[in-house]
Amino acid sequence: MMVVKIDKQKWSSGINQLKSTYDVYGPAKQGKTYEFQKLGSEQLPDLTVQNTTLSPKSIVFPQSEKMFSFHTDENKSGHHILKEMNNQSMPKAVLGIRPCDAKAFQLVKLNFDTCEYKDPYWIRAYESTTLIGLACNNPCSTCFCTSTGCGPFSETGLDVLLMDQGDSFIAKSLTPKGENLLKTATWSDSFDPATAESILKSGKEKAESKIASRVKTDQLASKSIMKIYEAPFWDDVAFSCINCGTCTFSCPTCWCFDIQDETKGCQGIRTRNWDTCMSPLFTLHGSGHNPRGEKTSRVRQRFMHKLKYFLDKYNQGIMCVGCGRCVRLCPVNIDIRQICNMMNSYQPS
Amino acid sequence: MIEYQKKIQNIAERLLNEKKVDVVLGFKKGTIPMMNQPCLVRVPDETQKLVWDSNCGINLTNYLTNRKERIGIIAKGCDTRNIVTHIVENKIKREQLVIIGVPCTGMIDKAKINGLMVNEIAEVSEHNQEITITDSRGATKTIQKKEVLQSNCSICKYKNPVIYDELVADLVPESKDIDRYEDIRKIESMASSEKFKFFEDMLSTCIRCYACRNACPLCYCPTCFVDESKPQWLGKGMDPIDIRTFHFLRAYHCAGRCTDCGSCERACPMDITVRQFTKKLEKDCVELFGWEAGLTLDKRPPLDHYKTNDPQSFIK
Ligand code: SF4
Ligand code: SF4
Ligand code: SF4
Ligand code: SF4
Repeated sequence: MMVVKIDKQKWSSGINQLKSTYDVYGPAKQGKTYEFQKLGSEQLPDLTVQNTTLSPKSIVFPQSEKMFSFHTDENKSGHHILKEMNNQSMPKAVLGIRPCDAKAFQLVKLNFDTCEYKDPYWIRAYESTTLIGLACNNPCSTCFCTSTGCGPFSETGLDVLLMDQGDSFIAKSLTPKGENLLKTATWSDSFDPATAESILKSGKEKAESKIASRVKTDQLASKSIMKIYEAPFWDDVAFSCINCGTCTFSCPTCWCFDIQDETKGCQGIRTRNWDTCMSPLFTLHGSGHNPRGEKTSRVRQRFMHKLKYFLDKYNQGIMCVGCGRCVRLCPVNIDIRQICNMMNSYQPS
Repeated sequence: MIEYQKKIQNIAERLLNEKKVDVVLGFKKGTIPMMNQPCLVRVPDETQKLVWDSNCGINLTNYLTNRKERIGIIAKGCDTRNIVTHIVENKIKREQLVIIGVPCTGMIDKAKINGLMVNEIAEVSEHNQEITITDSRGATKTIQKKEVLQSNCSICKYKNPVIYDELVADLVPESKDIDRYEDIRKIESMASSEKFKFFEDMLSTCIRCYACRNACPLCYCPTCFVDESKPQWLGKGMDPIDIRTFHFLRAYHCAGRCTDCGSCERACPMDITVRQFTKKLEKDCVELFGWEAGLTLDKRPPLDHYKTNDPQSFIK
């Protein structure tokens, strides 16, 4: 571990230095919202943003990604053979990612990087990305990260943790990747690690005390899947839902995708695109049968996956880091905090 | 409008007690500021949870489609126009409904309120036509509601319900001499390249979540053209051509039917002004057919039938 102090005057010069080695991402205004974007040559991340509207998951897992190209012209060689696309880019550095969003990558990793299956696209992108987190001094009212095994100063999944100190940042590297990045940026003013720890500790306590929103998850593991599945509350929970993709697309931990071939003449590419369990098309079979044909079953799927199946399968807590995005963005106020508490306290009669 | 709440609860309770309806469709208080949640109330005791304030911008007609029971629905001006459209299009029967009409003074725009404070909004309350905003550090600001209305509400011509069985308050005065199409004329007067750029910018952040479509009472097709897979009309990725096709085609499907209720824009997580499309078609319908959607049960919308005197100057 290495701790440095980054004077804000050295912040921009360091970032510019990083840009020759990394594609640097950070929060910036895009249209009417703030999102993680690849920063232009003189552009700095806007660290005044509490939380970006969408999560930064797309940096590693783009909404639409080309996987293979092919052609079907039998007069030419290599027809009907899938060729992997070269999606390689410079290593990426994500500046100002929030601890919840960084932890989310660890949860998503459980799906994309397993003993049995390795998703080369996700793994390549993830491994070449360095996450420089910004501790949340002022969490939003909808954040409930302390209930999800995360927190405003959580270090899980980060390569560097930054704490804003007014005219400087304290930067604590947590991995060799993080250390490399600090060196590349020539942020090297050393800072006493023990002092840093005590500053971080008090910052953490202060920030955590501001988190007003909590969920209970302690009973979820012991509940029977079938009993919660058959609980009487699902129709009510689902009533207002309009089955859009807002909650799942904005969520840092939702990973579902659909694979599509797009062709023009004899040329084609195979892409994968984010998909959502909220859409009826997500589960529509070729036969025309749809096992989740009703809205209630789709809404139930989202919550059962996040709060029960995932927890039972991996024993790593719930598939939610408490970033609060779905709570803030759902147009009809479906609030995962309420539903989580309902599931947790449900006593079948 | 918050004064309406007690009256709404009383009417709902009476309708359920007298068994005039099986359920009442309304809003309950949301879990975050400026948010209410559509809900169904089935028993008289639960009518106390019904709320009404300036955060009821989601169009409840969207929840009526193909329902079978007798429903009491709380409906502001635009919602009633969509109810009319629903009845004309056979999505619900008039006899099934008891329409609890709300004379509306407009809904507030969350994005506008958020933009007024530096810190996160902790609470928004209203009194008469004044809105008081409190932020997370306790700072407050009081403003006139008309300054923070949803943009569709600030140019609304039909605040009062056009069809109702119960009324929660006296009718409100309708605004006169509103210019509904200032923004549309501006776009119409652009050169094509400028127009292209305008729409390209406008849609550049669309994530195809379809919240706009799904919040719209008009978009009730069992399978939307964007979801057709046999054959598939549209790519599923982020190709701007597919995104534009979705928006343009959806807007055309709403031509002569859209009431400018604003539910679509309100639902969009990216604050995209999708009404720019539907309003252009609304303007065309006014100019070509003298038609405004959802005002009468006796006429069919201009685009779902043919008349020999339909304008045809476009045929050259
Ligand atoms: S829960 Fe909300 S955001 Fe998610 S699909 Fe339903 S309406 Fe959309
Ligand atoms: S489920 Fe909601 S609160 Fe949890 S991580 Fe996803 S968007 Fe954030
Ligand atoms: S298109 Fe938008 S404004 Fe028009 S009826 Fe649908 S939701 Fe309302
Ligand atoms: S709601 Fe907004 S982001 Fe979603 S599809 Fe519609 S315009 Fe695009």
